[in-house]
Amino acid sequence: MTADTVISCKNVWKIFGSDPESYLAKMPEGHSFDEIRADGYIAGVKDVSIDVSRGEMLVIMGLSGSGKSTLVRCFSRLHEITGGTIEVEGQDIMSLSEKELIELRRNKMGMVFQSFGLLPHRTVLDNVAFPLEMRGQDKHERRARALEVVKLVGLEGREEYFPRELSGGQQQRVGIARSLAIEPDIWFLDEPFSALDPLIRREMQDEFLRLQALLNKTIVFITHDFDEALRLADRIAIMKDGAVEQCDTPDQIVLHPATEYVRKFTEEIDKARVVHAGVLATESDNGTGDPVDARATVQELARLLVQDGRDIIPVARDGTVIGGMNRAEALEILLEAD
Amino acid sequence: MADLTSEIDVSANAGQGPSRKMVALVFVILAVVLTALQYMSLLPAALFRLPESMVPPFAIWLDAIFNFVKDDLGLLKLTRWLTEGLQWLLDATGNLLYGKRRWPNLGPIPWTSIAAVAGVIGYYLGGWRMAALAAGTFTWTALIGQWKIAMETMSVLVVAAPLAFVIGITLGIIAWRRPWVDRALKPILSVLQTLPFFTYLLPAVIFFKVGPTAGAVATTIYAIPPMILMTTLGLQKVSPEVVEAGNMSGCTKWQLLRHVYLPSARTEILVGVNQVIMLCLAMVVLTAFIGMPGLGAKLLAMMGSFKLGRSFEIGVTIVLLAVTLDRMSKAWVVKQPQHFEKGTPWWKRHMTLVLAVVLFFFFVLVAKVIPEAQTLGRTQNFSQGKELDNLIKGFLNIEAVKATTYFLRAFLNVQVLIPFRNFLLSIPTPALILLITAFALYLGGRRQGILAAVFFSFVALSGWWDRSVITLYSVISAVSLAAIIGLPLAIVAARTDRWSQRMLLVCDTAQTFPSFVYLIPAIMLFGITDIAVIFSILIFAMVPLVRYTIEGLRTVPLEMTEAADMAGATRMQKLFSVQLPLALPVMAVGFNQAIMFAFFMVIIAAFIGTQDLGQELQRTLAGTDMGKNFVLGICVALMALTFDMTLMKWAEDRKRTLGLG
Repeated sequence: MTADTVISCKNVWKIFGSDPESYLAKMPEGHSFDEIRADGYIAGVKDVSIDVSRGEMLVIMGLSGSGKSTLVRCFSRLHEITGGTIEVEGQDIMSLSEKELIELRRNKMGMVFQSFGLLPHRTVLDNVAFPLEMRGQDKHERRARALEVVKLVGLEGREEYFPRELSGGQQQRVGIARSLAIEPDIWFLDEPFSALDPLIRREMQDEFLRLQALLNKTIVFITHDFDEALRLADRIAIMKDGAVEQCDTPDQIVLHPATEYVRKFTEEIDKARVVHAGVLATESDNGTGDPVDARATVQELARLLVQDGRDIIPVARDGTVIGGMNRAEALEILLEAD
Repeated sequence: MADLTSEIDVSANAGQGPSRKMVALVFVILAVVLTALQYMSLLPAALFRLPESMVPPFAIWLDAIFNFVKDDLGLLKLTRWLTEGLQWLLDATGNLLYGKRRWPNLGPIPWTSIAAVAGVIGYYLGGWRMAALAAGTFTWTALIGQWKIAMETMSVLVVAAPLAFVIGITLGIIAWRRPWVDRALKPILSVLQTLPFFTYLLPAVIFFKVGPTAGAVATTIYAIPPMILMTTLGLQKVSPEVVEAGNMSGCTKWQLLRHVYLPSARTEILVGVNQVIMLCLAMVVLTAFIGMPGLGAKLLAMMGSFKLGRSFEIGVTIVLLAVTLDRMSKAWVVKQPQHFEKGTPWWKRHMTLVLAVVLFFFFVLVAKVIPEAQTLGRTQNFSQGKELDNLIKGFLNIEAVKATTYFLRAFLNVQVLIPFRNFLLSIPTPALILLITAFALYLGGRRQGILAAVFFSFVALSGWWDRSVITLYSVISAVSLAAIIGLPLAIVAARTDRWSQRMLLVCDTAQTFPSFVYLIPAIMLFGITDIAVIFSILIFAMVPLVRYTIEGLRTVPLEMTEAADMAGATRMQKLFSVQLPLALPVMAVGFNQAIMFAFFMVIIAAFIGTQDLGQELQRTLAGTDMGKNFVLGICVALMALTFDMTLMKWAEDRKRTLGLG
């Protein structure tokens, strides 16, 4: 664990059932999800080890029932884990007292929920100010801060509305504002855009990227939408039956799916849109001539790839050449898309 | 109780002996044989009725327990101490509402002020119509000359309802947090809800003195169960995400309850409030039986002296109050907060509050100048008691009406009801227990059958068998008659949207009436007779019957009726082979409620004069015979519970079989 690791979890288990602790203790090594189910228990999270670094956006992707929401709830100890350890900023959160846990949530963590989780009897402003109220901030201060965040998410002028008077997208903006009110270091988002219709979802993703560029938080983002994951993530963890199948950058997942399950997801994906030049660069041969930007996707380089005659094209990050990209390999990725 | 039932559950699943139907049939045959033997005078007397000598002295045992708790454990001291506090509260509300000479010596509040404030609250909750209803109700009450008695009733209500609310919500929260409390409370609550109200009254009198304090206590206790149930239900239904959002906002446990759970359960809690208010009103009227002054006492006195006009007027007042309180509290349930634009001044945000306060003091001042705005004197009211009396008596004297009521009395009573009653009484005790057990076994299941046998055996052991059978007879005949009249009515109404809605509105409204007022038309039409008893139960029980039948028929999935139409079914075929079978589970719930209502009403009808448990119960109110009172009450509760569990189980099973959720 490096100094910049914010969340570090090791061999985390979350088992649901009548007496999960003793079950886990006597469970044979390598028991599968189905075997555990046959014993009358559900493995929500199954032996997961994952680190999240400061400022990173980790997207946890999986279908419903894969344990992704359970895992994120373990990070914030909304669920008590059955086995393993979770450290947040070097502190074992399972050892925290209730008071310390409340302090941690009041100062370090924010969370956005799929169906918003707004309090129906409070106005937008009061909803946003709720976490501040809970930690006992005085009325004027919390009002000022809440107004600020409401403005940040673009809901100015609707402070006095009640949640039911807002559209789904607007309600989620309230949810986002509320999670940001305490200026958290760690931001959990549990399928924040899944309940919205596709057009709004796209708009909210853009909005979210804008906010992230502005705030640069450590983020754990849950989704069941692979496109969304690719679009937002620094790293993606793909989950199935409570276990992480693969955890890597979008490029690597698309290029080298670790399991058959992951490969199925990547099948339908236009890889050229995901893979960046930087990933394709190898240090052995830097090539010659004008370099391309490491941050450009293969798709964006399509014209150049087709027209350029060089076999190896140099790739540069921030002006420095980091390696050469094999044009044939890049073209292969481009053409694979139908 | 919980242990007992779970054990029975286990055995029910374990054994695969003869089928339920077979056992039930054997029981019925046995019962028939026993009865036949009895008719042939071959049955030993001990098998016909339990000999007196074998009746355990439950009443004496209970009395001993009560006395121990009351005196030796010092419960009486505690309750007498509580009585003081309650008395103080009731004195204060009494002073404010009808000018009782007690602290704070400010009252009485002028009727115009109360009517105006009621109007403003009505407007706030439901617009002009509600305002007119609320203000109109209080104006009527004042003008008809019943202000003082109505306020006597209200002064108890405004203490009992909040008390029931606070106790109910607290217990509800505890039951929600601690599942074992919930499990312990559930059976107690179901007994409490079937216990006849007379059983609440006597302990209240003994522990809390005759009059308003006992009335308030009985009323409070009576109204608590639904509040507990609704609170628990509401808290359980709060969306987990909202709770998690609260947790992630760093709520402490108390903050979570106060700011997240309770506001999110608002709807259910307010439905509970509505039920508390309605039950309180129903009960507070009935506390007339223990000498609580107010609308109920006056109604009792007027009906007793056969002053039908005045009874009718009081009935109208009670009904108006019930409808107003019901509509307003229901409007509160659905009332959503409205936002104000930024910069709205304070007085505009709180318009209704300002208006209410202004109007209140305005009328207080007016009352200083114009005494009529303060109180209406004896000669100033518009009561038409005498005239109405003559009108009603004139109506009853019309030959056609007379002939009809006479025919009903003569035919129904002599030809149907009395033979039926005598038949029931002629069945040997064990045979009737067998029949009821067979009924519960057949419809419910093994567990229901065993409990039915246990419950009715207790009734037999209690020594009040004949009176219990008469109670049962009243209930069965009234519910049967209600079904004969109500079902066709409901089926016809269910045919069109418009009539369904009208009928449901009538039922909804009728259901809010305190049970007591159902006696008025019964006495008016049939005087003090057995038919009046049956009639009052009948109309009371018909309400849920009609309502659930309509709802059952209306919720039959459209595809199914369409399929029947396409299969070329006639209306009748469709009704009997598609709609009714599918509506039956819901109708069973209605039947069950009708029976519960009937058990409730039959006890009140003791006032008219019956020979059943109700009559005995009413008699115990005059004394301090708490043991007997409880034994009688438990007999009624056990009989009611038998039907309740059997029918509800059947409805549930049937629903599952039909795949209706």
